[in-house]
Amino acid sequence: MPVVKSVRNIGHRVVEAIWRIGFASHFFALILLNSGSSFRRFRLTVKELFFTGVMSLIIILVAGLFVGIVLGLQGYEVLKSYGSESALGTLVALSLVRELGPVLAALLFAGRAGSAMTAEIGLMKASEQLAAMDMMAVSPIARVVAPRFWAGVISMPILAAIFSAMGVLGGYLVGVVYIGVDDGSFWSQMQASVDFQHDILNGVLKSFVFGVAVTVISLFEGFDAPPTAEGVSRATTRTVVQSSLIILLLDVVLTAFMFRGN
Amino acid sequence: MERTTLDLWVGAFVVAGVVALAILAFKVGNLSTYNASESYSLKASFNNIGGLKATASVRSAGVLIGRVTEIKLNPERYEAEVTMSIDKRYQFPKDTLVSILTSGLLGEQYIGLKPGADDEMLKNGDIVKQSRSALVLEDLIGQVVAGKAEGAK
Repeated sequence: MPVVKSVRNIGHRVVEAIWRIGFASHFFALILLNSGSSFRRFRLTVKELFFTGVMSLIIILVAGLFVGIVLGLQGYEVLKSYGSESALGTLVALSLVRELGPVLAALLFAGRAGSAMTAEIGLMKASEQLAAMDMMAVSPIARVVAPRFWAGVISMPILAAIFSAMGVLGGYLVGVVYIGVDDGSFWSQMQASVDFQHDILNGVLKSFVFGVAVTVISLFEGFDAPPTAEGVSRATTRTVVQSSLIILLLDVVLTAFMFRGN
Repeated sequence: MERTTLDLWVGAFVVAGVVALAILAFKVGNLSTYNASESYSLKASFNNIGGLKATASVRSAGVLIGRVTEIKLNPERYEAEVTMSIDKRYQFPKDTLVSILTSGLLGEQYIGLKPGADDEMLKNGDIVKQSRSALVLEDLIGQVVAGKAEGAK
């Protein structure tokens, strides 16, 4: 009976998904419990900060600049028809600081650093390095996973801030230098409408939440990957897909809480 | 512990992040205009505040002198009560006129203070007596239309 089979299949998938969510939560709790050593031996975290943060810098810088340039060009086209070109600074800054900075930086981070984390931990598991650590009474979560987690959580807000700043620079280059919007009104209108607490700090908070989500997903997928070449490759794909979806979902939730239009 | 170039890169990365946040806060955002100096608060009631928002600017002669901190409805008189914090360097006479103005035709709304000639100055927590509500475009159009209809009679 194909109907019974497909119903059974759906049930199996749902149970499997709930199982994984529970396992991931347990894993997250374990990371937090075992993160003492990643601060006591901060060198471990610094090393991971280099691989997740510094190595993602170039892609963030370039992408931020491009996004800012595009926002400047497109925004000018629209605002021109209302005769309010001077609001270009507001448009570029608000869309970057509130949304595009945290979200795009997190998406790039998931592709650049998250996938690398999954592949690395998956391979460590496949080549039984994690099991070997366990044998030597070294907790792989404390030694391998927790420093990567904290590195990701620390570098995500930094990368988002750099992304937004580069984007504003890109908008400035196009708007003021290339098109010729008035320099003074570009900055003053921007400053008049971007609130430090409401816009900038909320953006930082968003990127922090995204950082936690992306790193937990990447590390969990790596830790949970079947110890085969195919398993690791699938886990890497899943990291990127799931992180991207979770980032956008969390963004909907956070935006609904932060900017309710009042 | 020996120092490595890796530490240098991570340090530079963190510094870049702090610099980016500082640029966002001071150049892009309004942290530089947040009351760095001391301020005092004034209140005013309006029949209609239009689209005025908390954190809107308070200006006198076009110069930014403070911000709107709170807007609420007075439940007894059904008037909007606006609290604003104003830079302590600027003192205003008792008969100052507060009005809600719009920058440009469709721009942001802000509060404008027009000083009177009284010798006494407003103090912290005072209520400004004279206020002029926001210009609501729909009301204006309504009046014009009503006037036209009356003229046609």
